[in-house]
Amino acid sequence: MCEQCGCAATPEFIRASDHAGAIAAKPVKPRSVEILTGILNDNDREAAHNREHLDGHRVLAVNLMSSPGSGKTSLLEATIDAIGDRFRIAVIEGDLETENDAKRIRAKGAPAIQITTGHTCHLDAQMVHAALHALDLDVTDIVFIENVGNLVCPASFDLGQHANVVLLAVTEGDDKPAKYPVIFRKADLVLLSKTDLLNVLDDFSPDQAESHVRALANPAPVLRLSARRPDTLAPWIAWLEARLASCRGDAVRRPDNARHEHVPHRAVE
Amino acid sequence: MHELSICQSLLSEVERAAAANDATEVNRIVVAVGPLSGVEAPLLARAFEVARMGTIAENAVLEVQKIPAVVWCEACAIETQVAANALLCGSCGTWQVELRSGAELLLTRMELSGSASPVAAAG
Repeated sequence: MCEQCGCAATPEFIRASDHAGAIAAKPVKPRSVEILTGILNDNDREAAHNREHLDGHRVLAVNLMSSPGSGKTSLLEATIDAIGDRFRIAVIEGDLETENDAKRIRAKGAPAIQITTGHTCHLDAQMVHAALHALDLDVTDIVFIENVGNLVCPASFDLGQHANVVLLAVTEGDDKPAKYPVIFRKADLVLLSKTDLLNVLDDFSPDQAESHVRALANPAPVLRLSARRPDTLAPWIAWLEARLASCRGDAVRRPDNARHEHVPHRAVE
Repeated sequence: MHELSICQSLLSEVERAAAANDATEVNRIVVAVGPLSGVEAPLLARAFEVARMGTIAENAVLEVQKIPAVVWCEACAIETQVAANALLCGSCGTWQVELRSGAELLLTRMELSGSASPVAAAG
């Protein structure tokens, strides 16, 4: 054993190498290093890759989040019906178990990929990456990522989406944004859903819900709608159209896109 | 809960940084966590005890520095330390403020020891 550092180097090895010199030269005592890096870098890198992939195909990706049962899938069904041929929608569904939601979307004529997470309470960029590659993005304008029903964990994981939309049903408390500040602060749009029930509820104030969103320093629009009332969907569809145009406009402005490419009659500019 | 998967990401960064700094052991990991990061400090600490097993940080202490939520109001030119769900200027009450801190989830510092160099650590 080496008497200097206690390692198992044999006397022959020590004679043959500059072992003693090497020990003197290498620092082995404890030392502190400043790092300053994001903890979720691996996920963030994958998310950035997803975003590039989507941008390359000029597809808008929307991360749809809410509590379980707030009406995400019903809203997507109603949205597919309302949009008709104007743009082409695909959906990535996230649930712990079952293909039920993907089946509902496919029944509406839109392609859907189901991710079953098992026990994982949120989608992450790696799961979405695999799903994106199972879709034909050349014939898609908007991808909705319907996240796992959960107001806590999905907020922390960038998936590569362009916008976060958070649903809050009028059957929930109007103070949910104050109870779940992380997710509601990140919302680019808040949708108060199931408004067809407002006339039988006496304890949900849409104005209060909106004021709680503002108290998160969030200027996002707060729209009221019902998946059962197609006449309430226009502002939501208009928001999607504007978001799609802006996402494509950004893609066009990048220096390596010399030409504006689109499929005539189908794409929205 | 997802604090375990966050610890796994953290350990991935720790291993990367330890390798870059030619260390064989990690003794302390310091992270900065804000109330708007979506991560609970005590849950992170509990998850870390499990996640670190069998890694280069097996015996490391995790130190969580809690970063307060602070907003900047352009109109009043002041900063206010705030609760996570009330991001309002302490003077004029506006919600049109900029979040200066509070959403962090960062690995800030590590204490390392040992050298991965083959000559000094032969055995």
